[in-house]
Amino acid sequence: MNYLMEALQWIADPANRYGDTGILARMGEHVLYTVLVLGIAALIGIPIGYAIGHFHRGRGIVVASTGAARALPTLGILTLIGVVVGIGLVAPLAALVVLATPSVLAGAYSGVENVDRTTVDAARAQGMSQWQVLTRVEIPLGLPLLISGLRSACLQVVATATLAAYVGGGGLGRFLFPAINTYNYTLMLAASILVMILAVVLDACFAFGERLVRWGVRSS
Amino acid sequence: MWRNPGELDYRKPAHAGERTLSHLVLSVPAIILSFVLALPIAVLANRLRRLRSFLIGAAGLIYAIPSLPMFIVLPLIVGTTIRDRLNVIIAMTLYGVALMVRSAADAFTAVDLSTKLAATATGYSPIHRFFAVDLPLAGPALLAGLRVVAVSTVSLVTVSALLGVPNLGMLFTDGIARGITAEILAGIVLTVTLALLIDGALVLAGRLLMRWERAA
Repeated sequence: MNYLMEALQWIADPANRYGDTGILARMGEHVLYTVLVLGIAALIGIPIGYAIGHFHRGRGIVVASTGAARALPTLGILTLIGVVVGIGLVAPLAALVVLATPSVLAGAYSGVENVDRTTVDAARAQGMSQWQVLTRVEIPLGLPLLISGLRSACLQVVATATLAAYVGGGGLGRFLFPAINTYNYTLMLAASILVMILAVVLDACFAFGERLVRWGVRSS
Repeated sequence: MWRNPGELDYRKPAHAGERTLSHLVLSVPAIILSFVLALPIAVLANRLRRLRSFLIGAAGLIYAIPSLPMFIVLPLIVGTTIRDRLNVIIAMTLYGVALMVRSAADAFTAVDLSTKLAATATGYSPIHRFFAVDLPLAGPALLAGLRVVAVSTVSLVTVSALLGVPNLGMLFTDGIARGITAEILAGIVLTVTLALLIDGALVLAGRLLMRWERAA
């Protein structure tokens, strides 16, 4: 428990907080990666998910991609792209997008797919076009599942963004890897605690957002 | 593959067979433990409504802990060293239980209530009913959950290679250290293959144990 006290002291020490290599800067980088990756994953996953869910075709793509994403070791993808494109930001971002997209895709797909058939038929009967059915009925009603897809993607990305520092990126992993190499347990623990806090806080934000959207869908 | 005679330091690549075996030693116990531990927790969670939301929330919280920090923090709690295999097995079991409790709780909830009541009315004791009725009927959904646990465990174990625990992930760390693309690729292929093999074994076991599924 001694290490734990020292780690907490390290986190609390203002000397470690500011500057380009301080806790706040590294945490900012970590959040930036997460937001960037989720944004790219959303750009790829949401349109494809909606298309598959709306037209009820290509369900196999969702099943295969989520299955493959679970089996693919992210560390492997990260190091592979790292060796091919060199050290920098591309490898971690690309690897994280590969990791995050299937969750987002599955969330978008299942959200639209699970909308009650009678509701969709009713919308059609009222004379709504395909596009209106999608944008006014299926997308709003599918929002809670989309958000829970984004939530699980976010959780995976925050956790795995720690590995970005392994191939030359920034983020909270920057504290972790030198500490592992020098057996600096205090620093290892401090960095780990920071990542956990960030993960739990971001997850709580999504949980709150999910609740808000569910409430919004129900009351409208 | 990449046989380095005389160099058996943990940082050096041993041949892939040895890494695969270490990988199995880390993942298989964790997969089995996750399943065995998750079942009673799921049953308990379904019995006590208030406990259910607490347990499932706690499971979600465990899943929010990134794996690399988990491997580092666990030794402090368990009292092992950082490079101990036990850490990895415990960490993977925790993640596995977190995933499995939710799907097992859902699986048991989905069992038709009238079937359960009928069994009780026929004179099944609670324990007998659990093993003879609830468990088999929840079987397919439990298997689906277990398959997710198995595949993600095999892939997540690779992260522990960063701390020097031998497994297939070492083909990545060694590959990037020496700039050998083929070694990393081989590591990915071997990890995915291992995950799919275990998944296939589970499907096969499910078919053998749940013969009624095919007849239906």
